[in-house]
Amino acid sequence: MNSSLNHLKRQAITATMVNKEGHLPSAFSILDIVWTIYDRVLRYDAQNPKSDDRDRFILSKGHGSLALYTVLAEKGFFPASELNQYCTLKSRLGGHPDHNKVPGIEASTGSLGHGLPFGVGVAMALRIRKVDRRVFVVVGDGECNEGSVWEAALLAAHHQLSNLTCIVDYNHSTDRALNMGDMAAKFSAFGWAATTINGHDHAAIESALRTRDPQKPTAIIAETIKGHGVKQMENNPAWHHRCPSKEEMETMFQDLT
Amino acid sequence: MRKQFIRTTEEVMAKDERLVVLLGDIGVFGFRNAFQQFPQRIYNIGICEQAMTGMAAGLSKEGLVPVVHSIAPFVVERCLEQLKVDFCYQKLGGNIVSVGGSYDYAALGCTHHCPGDVALLKALPGLEIVVPGTPQEYDQLFRASYANGRLTYFRLSERSNPQSFDVEFGRAKIIQQGKRATVVAVGTALAPTLAATQDLDVTVLYYTTVTPFDGDTLKQHSASGKIILVEPFYTGTLAADIHAAMGSTAVAIETIGVPHRFLTNYGHAEEHDEAIGLTAANIRQRVQGFIHG
Repeated sequence: MNSSLNHLKRQAITATMVNKEGHLPSAFSILDIVWTIYDRVLRYDAQNPKSDDRDRFILSKGHGSLALYTVLAEKGFFPASELNQYCTLKSRLGGHPDHNKVPGIEASTGSLGHGLPFGVGVAMALRIRKVDRRVFVVVGDGECNEGSVWEAALLAAHHQLSNLTCIVDYNHSTDRALNMGDMAAKFSAFGWAATTINGHDHAAIESALRTRDPQKPTAIIAETIKGHGVKQMENNPAWHHRCPSKEEMETMFQDLT
Repeated sequence: MRKQFIRTTEEVMAKDERLVVLLGDIGVFGFRNAFQQFPQRIYNIGICEQAMTGMAAGLSKEGLVPVVHSIAPFVVERCLEQLKVDFCYQKLGGNIVSVGGSYDYAALGCTHHCPGDVALLKALPGLEIVVPGTPQEYDQLFRASYANGRLTYFRLSERSNPQSFDVEFGRAKIIQQGKRATVVAVGTALAPTLAATQDLDVTVLYYTTVTPFDGDTLKQHSASGKIILVEPFYTGTLAADIHAAMGSTAVAIETIGVPHRFLTNYGHAEEHDEAIGLTAANIRQRVQGFIHG
């Protein structure tokens, strides 16, 4: 069941070790989700990333950018060598993604609570333009503290945006501040088709992503572990925005072989 | 101006299939024909301005041209970050059309006032600000700029100047020329300004686009070195633009506009004009004092 994306995690750790910036645990929380989306479900052309015939993926919790960058590089959107320039002055790859710089990025995010309303607009636009493609948005559980997420949830259900899927990275990092409780029940109450899965199980992720209600938007509540795959990082708030030393990196790599 | 907003929008919708209207649960009855004619391109979004603004940016990302409409404080102050991040940072085009301006809805109290909209929006790089003085001017300015790929804020008022001018997006209009001073009048502030200055030896420049600010016209018509700024929003909002336009040329600036405090009385907008001095009589007195000072 556990993923084998250890090479991508090593790339991300290296990027943060070299450049002393990044939110590794947030990235590892969603890496299996982002990978499964790009590897098994999303329609795209890495050589023509603006093709109208693509599905749209929006990383609303932009601080998990290293998950998206490593997957995009692996899938050929840009050279993996760029990852080592992550967050440096002239790099295209910032701490939060910028759609005007990075091929394959659909929305510039960072401030939380923006990606789902934006995704509602994209999904609505595709319907207006009669483009039969899907929109996937990954939000964080802490991000769901934001009222704008629930405004967007109301709108998506009211307008029956069945082409929209929201994946909630439920790693419970927000429990200490504002417990979100039963997220599937909340989205269901807002009129979505909602399901809860193990967010590190690729088969379960794929199955949930392929399921589409004919009228409702879909919410996938992905139970995840923040820092997944690296023992000292897992569910350890101290690592939220910390970068490893070279020695710590070597220790982490032992978990990722 | 609200009726013209509806007329213009419906006409442009008929010609341009990219135009999509999002209403913040106001103006819905006025747009009843559009709801019938273009049900896929006009939505009463409800009272959720943050999501409405983000959603509009998503529409724009997919090549559509959104028009977002509500009362000024709700489409500016409530969702300032959505305007900044979802539109300006991402370089997405669209249109925000507000009503209510500074204190058009005086009786409703300060929650419904918005004299700070222009000052706030000037802080967002790339955003354009249009302040028409009449319905006809709004029509001209909207058609000229609605699909230019940038976010444009149209500040509509319940009030209107008695005379329309042939205005051009991004350019100031020279209304009269004189030697003693230059009066910069913005949007609906032109009416009391003209009533105050028609027989005075001053230049009057009329600004309906304030961002980008037409500094060239000001520089070419301000030889006196005395500039009086008459704004229908917080006073001095455009002072930095005047300084930037004049460069190293020495200039004295007098500002007349809405004072930077909550106007906690109710009543009518005209009564607030009287109270804060946005009247022909006060403008005339201030201009004459400035010229002779």
